[in-house]
Amino acid sequence: MSFRKAAGGRIDRNKPISFSFDGKTYQGYAGDTLASALLANGVHLVGRSFKYHRPRGILTAGIDEPNALVGVGKDDAHYTPNLRAPVIELYDGLKAESQNRWPSLGFDIGAVNDLLLSRFIPAGFYYKTFMWPKSFWTKVYEPKIRAAAGLGRAPETPDAARYTQVYQTTDILVVGAGPAGLSAALSASRSGKRVMLVDEQAEMGGSLLHNLTEVIEGKSASEWVADALTELKANPKVTLLPRATAFGYYPHNFIGINERLTDHLANPPANLPRERQWQVRAGEVVIAIGSLERPLVFPDNDRPGVMMAEAARAYVNRWGVLPGRRAVIATAHDSAYRVALDLKAAGIQIATIADLRGDVSGELVSAAEAAGIRVQRGAVITGTRGRKRITQAHVARIQPNGTAAAPEAIACDLLLMCGGWTPSVHLFSQSRGKLTFDEALQAYVPGQSVEKERSAGACRGLFDLGAILEDGWKAGADAAAAVGGVVAPFRVIDVKGSVKESGGYLGALPHGRNVNTVKAFVDFQNDSTAKDIKLAVREGMRSIEHVKRYTTTGMATDQGKTSNMNALGIVADTLKTPVPAVGLTTFRPPYSPITFGAFAGLARGDLFDPLRKTPSHDWATRAGAAFEPVGQWMRAWYFARPGEDMHAAVNREVKAVRSSVGMFDASTLGKIEVVGPDAAAFMNLLYTNAWTKLGVGKCRYGVMLREDGFVMDDGVVGRLAEDRFHVTTTTGGAPRVLHHMEDYRQTEFPHLDVWLTSTTEQWAVVAVQGPKARDVVRKLVGDFDLSKEAFPPMSVAETAIACVPGRLFSVSFTGEIGYELNVPADYGAALWEAVFEAGREFGITPYGTETMHVARAEKGYIIVGQETDGTATPDDVGLGWAVGKTKPDFVGKRALARPAMSAPDRKQMVGLFTEDPKVVIEEGAQIVLDPNQPVPMKMVGHVTSSYWSPTVGRSIAIAMLRGGRARIGETVYIPMPEGTIAAKVVEPAFYDKEGERLNG
Amino acid sequence: MVDISSDRRTVLDGLQFTSPADAEVRIEPVAAMSRLALRGRPGIETAVAPVFGFNLPSTACTSATAAEYAALWVGPDEWLVTAPDGRVDVVKAALEEACAGVPHAITDISHRNVGLTISGPKATWVLSHGCPLDFDLAAFPVGMCTRTLLGRTEVVLWRRAEDTFRIEVWRTFADYLIGFLNEARKELAA
Repeated sequence: MSFRKAAGGRIDRNKPISFSFDGKTYQGYAGDTLASALLANGVHLVGRSFKYHRPRGILTAGIDEPNALVGVGKDDAHYTPNLRAPVIELYDGLKAESQNRWPSLGFDIGAVNDLLLSRFIPAGFYYKTFMWPKSFWTKVYEPKIRAAAGLGRAPETPDAARYTQVYQTTDILVVGAGPAGLSAALSASRSGKRVMLVDEQAEMGGSLLHNLTEVIEGKSASEWVADALTELKANPKVTLLPRATAFGYYPHNFIGINERLTDHLANPPANLPRERQWQVRAGEVVIAIGSLERPLVFPDNDRPGVMMAEAARAYVNRWGVLPGRRAVIATAHDSAYRVALDLKAAGIQIATIADLRGDVSGELVSAAEAAGIRVQRGAVITGTRGRKRITQAHVARIQPNGTAAAPEAIACDLLLMCGGWTPSVHLFSQSRGKLTFDEALQAYVPGQSVEKERSAGACRGLFDLGAILEDGWKAGADAAAAVGGVVAPFRVIDVKGSVKESGGYLGALPHGRNVNTVKAFVDFQNDSTAKDIKLAVREGMRSIEHVKRYTTTGMATDQGKTSNMNALGIVADTLKTPVPAVGLTTFRPPYSPITFGAFAGLARGDLFDPLRKTPSHDWATRAGAAFEPVGQWMRAWYFARPGEDMHAAVNREVKAVRSSVGMFDASTLGKIEVVGPDAAAFMNLLYTNAWTKLGVGKCRYGVMLREDGFVMDDGVVGRLAEDRFHVTTTTGGAPRVLHHMEDYRQTEFPHLDVWLTSTTEQWAVVAVQGPKARDVVRKLVGDFDLSKEAFPPMSVAETAIACVPGRLFSVSFTGEIGYELNVPADYGAALWEAVFEAGREFGITPYGTETMHVARAEKGYIIVGQETDGTATPDDVGLGWAVGKTKPDFVGKRALARPAMSAPDRKQMVGLFTEDPKVVIEEGAQIVLDPNQPVPMKMVGHVTSSYWSPTVGRSIAIAMLRGGRARIGETVYIPMPEGTIAAKVVEPAFYDKEGERLNG
Repeated sequence: MVDISSDRRTVLDGLQFTSPADAEVRIEPVAAMSRLALRGRPGIETAVAPVFGFNLPSTACTSATAAEYAALWVGPDEWLVTAPDGRVDVVKAALEEACAGVPHAITDISHRNVGLTISGPKATWVLSHGCPLDFDLAAFPVGMCTRTLLGRTEVVLWRRAEDTFRIEVWRTFADYLIGFLNEARKELAA
């Protein structure tokens, strides 16, 4: 660590740490970041740039870093690409690698883009070059561009880390724990209200952590921070969250915060989440996120060794690192003089300060000159030398006409720049607050608030430490007042050694060189230059939003933290308009990149979505059933015996239902209990059928329409009492139907005394279907009379089933004699086993959803959502009979009266018999009348259900066909890739059309 | 007749209730009980008093309990009533009689829900992993109940003590919910 100071800094010199970068091992100390440790080892070259593959170094000391992006992780399962070296905390064994270079960081083939090809990569290059042929986009251009560009490498193995999310409510949220935020938290914490203070860094204190000169209330800055944190920690109503980035400001003071818990640990405990995403609802928010230093835009301002001035001060003071031995400082702002003084005190030679401003003076300037530092007023950097590390800066005088004179080459290994300070208005802007342009500051600052928030300190344009601390204090007290807390009296915070600083510059600097050959970078991460932006303006872009997209300036993962304002300055200068007239791009969350894991949280694997199991699930699993997901349910699909495939299993199951008896778990059917004196009146309004005359103990097949007259759901409804209906719905439709009914109940029919309760989960349902069904069920219902006279099809009774109180339905979805046995759900598994035992003598066959589908299709029973697609009327699917023509009203009645709803050429449900009985058509296939017509053919319908029918002994299909009922007997065609299938249009019922088997 | 009445199987059987985080948060199953969805027009609040020994709570998100009954306000005309297991028919009949003069609806949901208890010093922390509500005692006092979301499931949450909550959840979501809570409390392992 030859560039480490002998003493000083906030690192722990008793805790040396070993880490590797690009396979080489280095030493650092606890408290280091990857960037500070690399600099301490004299490593500046850490990456290659995005487009030109130029050697790049560490530019900043924070999250705004555009250059030093690295991949970190011991293996693929723990790997994260594109991390910013200045915010990676060092731990023992940390393994980092540079990106965007091949074969190595030192020698990179892609650099040819910079040296030879760059003139062919102008702004808007992608838009201009890859225009045609169109097919080349997906096959050639996009894959090539992606491979060539992409910075970091995406890991390919599953992420080994855990991530959690937690909601939290607080009265006051303070974002940022620099001077303003700490001060705000102190005053807010005296309110008696709940306060959260979040900061993205490991250590709270912000700029105070590298401020060695100013004295706050008689204490050093670091002592003041320590005392403030001690006070805050002692307050049980205060939550301090370091390593937590407030990345998004969402409506109603909902703030997304990403806390990193283990990335700084060498051996993180396995049970700790790597990241915790806090979703915080705050009564009031204090935004105290400071400001970011702006680079200066001059030719070759991107070489390793070129750094932000304040970043160098932070490396020296906070981490005890010398980022160089001989520095040139280029500035347009007073703060760089403070940097020069601190660096000089640390032993770094300051070759010169080149200040853009011609008439600069003041306390700091005098102090620098008094310290023997050469100050060049009205001076500009026109270029640099040194490929992998800067060796020279070219400093020129700015002539009266604004151009640069011949430069003087000054040897250096460090070039620091300060173009002034940009208030961080990201969160304020995300909160939809209106920004205003401060002419004096030449910066956007928060204007009118929309949310309950206030900005404090540098993020609203204050740059004097005393003022910042007092502003923070006031913001915290104001927030306390707003949430009804105790308001801390105003506190005068005395700061010694504070000097008012000013200055700043927006845009590109004059350099007097050939504009076609030099690159003065504006956006370091996306490699866009001043020339690119000027070109975009020349080519007609006026809005900054257009310039941004055309040049990609500000569109990298740093969201233009260091580049946006300079880009604005260049556009304004080129257009000769004031900056505010150019506009400002929109700030969108996240403020800094967030892992996908943090957004997934616990919703991975089994917790991705609830998986609902039926009462027979375990039995079916043991029986070797295959399952299919139906919504969140897992349903038994078919019960294959050893050696059977699905086809064989379904054939056997269907035959069993037709010849003997089968059993099926129907528990997933939606169930709604409609209860109240007006239950029948309500049912009349919600279903097309008439319910008033349905007797107690009877069932009816009900059809429900939406307001637009199209079929929404169907199901059997049993009347248990005058005022009580047991309604069943489709499995997938259950929640939707309940909401639909509840909506009408509350908004359209509030006068009706009726209430709805979901009972889907109350009842386990076993369907017993087949000629022997009655024999099986008889064994389970004691003395209950199951004869067809006493309990005919479509009956319901509340009776004991296997000695538990149940609801017995005689209903069939197979066309055979059928019963549905409902028992309280805790008895479902036992009932399933009891039915199986009772049916054993009849060879009862458990069947799954596939057999249920085939059996109902043989009968021509529809499935809502399969035959219907939200555009089918009851008549379209052969349910015209279920519409109560004489009823005064029901939901959808008015829509059904429209002429289009009964047009003869509507798609109507029909059956199809393929010419070749062995051919099973693909569901969804389109139907045409003339297979020889030119493409695109006129499609007249589509196949909705198609199966091999073991009962009929051939394939069957159901289709929705234009004017279908009038086409029965005709032949239609289904063109498929393998050839055209001819099929005869038939009645949509293939078996027992008269329904005689139900009466057996 | 085959008799399955003694073969009752709850979905909570076999689920993982113990955890290395038990010292901070315990999750326990609630034994079977009778549950009724009680709905009705105004007047029902007092009509039930002879059965329960208390009026139905009419303030949003509050509960009333006495002896073996509890009534939780879960909607402007909706209460979740609990009573001891096996009493559902008796209680329903008594309520039907008591409420005869007020339009109402009573539906048995004893088996629809299962109950869980989550307790311990970090109970609210774990709940906060899936529920956006403010669990500060001032905002969510003891006795408060509400229908809300916990992870991807709808639940009724009822604060029984400062660090003890009852969760009522539909039976087929219990497996997911316990998995979710176990995963959320994993970080609290001793």
